[in-house]
Amino acid sequence: MIGQRTHKIVQTAPTMVFLAVFMIAPLVLMAYVSVLERGAFGGVAWGKLTGVAYEKLLMEHDLLGNLVFNGDYISIFARSFELAAITSALTLAVGLPTALYMTTLAPRRATMMLFLVTLPFWTNLLVRNFAWILILRNGGQLDRFLQGTGLTRGPLDILYTPVATGIGLTYSFLPFMILPVYVALQRIDPRLIEAAFDLGADRLRVLTRVVIPLAAPGIAAGVVLVFVPCLGAYVSPELLGGGKSLMIGNLIEAQFGASRNWPFGAALALVLVGVLLLSLALLSRLQRRTRRTP
Amino acid sequence: MKRERAPRLMTGAGVVAALTFAFLYLPIVTLVALSFNANDLTTIWGGFSPKWYGVVVANDDILRATRNSLIVAGTASLAGTAASLAAALGLAGAGRWERTLAEGLLALPLLVPEIVTAVALLLTFVIVGFPLGLTSVIIAHTVFCIPFAYYPIRSRLAALDPALMEAASDLYASPWQRFMRIELPLLAPGVLAGALLAFISSLGDFVITYFVAGPGATTLPVYIYGMIRVGVTPEVNALTAILLFVTIAVITVAFLLGQRPETDQNGGIES
Repeated sequence: MIGQRTHKIVQTAPTMVFLAVFMIAPLVLMAYVSVLERGAFGGVAWGKLTGVAYEKLLMEHDLLGNLVFNGDYISIFARSFELAAITSALTLAVGLPTALYMTTLAPRRATMMLFLVTLPFWTNLLVRNFAWILILRNGGQLDRFLQGTGLTRGPLDILYTPVATGIGLTYSFLPFMILPVYVALQRIDPRLIEAAFDLGADRLRVLTRVVIPLAAPGIAAGVVLVFVPCLGAYVSPELLGGGKSLMIGNLIEAQFGASRNWPFGAALALVLVGVLLLSLALLSRLQRRTRRTP
Repeated sequence: MKRERAPRLMTGAGVVAALTFAFLYLPIVTLVALSFNANDLTTIWGGFSPKWYGVVVANDDILRATRNSLIVAGTASLAGTAASLAAALGLAGAGRWERTLAEGLLALPLLVPEIVTAVALLLTFVIVGFPLGLTSVIIAHTVFCIPFAYYPIRSRLAALDPALMEAASDLYASPWQRFMRIELPLLAPGVLAGALLAFISSLGDFVITYFVAGPGATTLPVYIYGMIRVGVTPEVNALTAILLFVTIAVITVAFLLGQRPETDQNGGIES
């Protein structure tokens, strides 16, 4: 049996080593870079440990050299949180009824619908956001439709606003909400719903007291699956949001492009990961609690 | 699992579902329709014409970017699929603790936001002194191709009867013979589906590529991004529509492979 065990380890090890070298090690290196000093010509100054990158998140030096509070970066974080939260809420508001409807379908049709939900997710992120440029820009398809029906006169001026970013994010991540919610709804024992009806509950009560609590783990998973990539989104705010609604992802990218401040970029990326780990921990607690109650 | 049709719990859920599907497909339909627009002005319809597809195909830069994309996606998806197949086979029957740890590592590239992976890999390549180019892009893509390929393979493997593998060993098949004659043929649909998903995610990746590609390694998404930044042209419409068609075709095949029932695979062996 020892031979077989060795065989299994030999089979698994190369993949694990590859991921350790190109996924774990880079994250560790990034954390190290975040506490280094910025190099004179971009890059980093080796061996000079400092917390400057993290200080920059909250503070700046004013003209006299005094350290004063600077809310610019915090407000970008706040905006990212706001957009990620709004997107999660929107995808849930749209995704829950859609998933509920899908559970009423015959299995073959439901599978087909599931496929149709996932298909847009696989299409290129740039392509999807570009399509929304075509629709939302002034003189675009939405404008022409609304003006054609006489609902509006002038251009809507939606493109390059946070609203456009929100639409792009909602579009990009809607499948991530529908899928886990659908799976959770599908797992509910139908007898529980029947029992609730037999005991005189109306549809709203069945929905709010039986179905939604039982589907809570799926809803929580969907919220995380939408919230996490939203918070780190780069493409939608860049293409649809214009310069006025930067998100964390754009701020990080700028540190490796125009600003050339690698330690700050690394620190921002690390803070983003920290925030996400925190929300994942919160989710797993929530899931454990809902599993205990029924 | 058979179940009764669930009772309708929410009035208007069907309407919301219909609107959801309209929302999901409206941009795709708009894009494809406009890509066939004969007019130079992208918003005004000037009749049906495939001429912009001709313009795309005649553009040398696009062809070069396409070649880069195919090299990257081909290599990374093959490497990623091989790595995840080996890992899936190695982890079958592993202890609970080992499995949790290994699967956590396998899922990591999907859990960490793309922009973070991109930054971490860029820093690593630059600090180690690894030149940025096609090779660095291929390595970066292999990282996230592994989990995309792993899940279809694992679900196929979980559905297999372990007795088949034991029987092969009992009948003195060498590990290699067992792999080539039993495991690989049985896992083939899962492996192929995984490879296709990995291929498509690599072909479409923008953020990570944007960070780790040097000037000589422009892939199709990076090229498209540059075009979009300059402005909306009919050429971009046609190019993005082509990418859309390829993706839909490949994903449909991957989906149909995943739908293939277990029985028609085992049938040939059991009879």
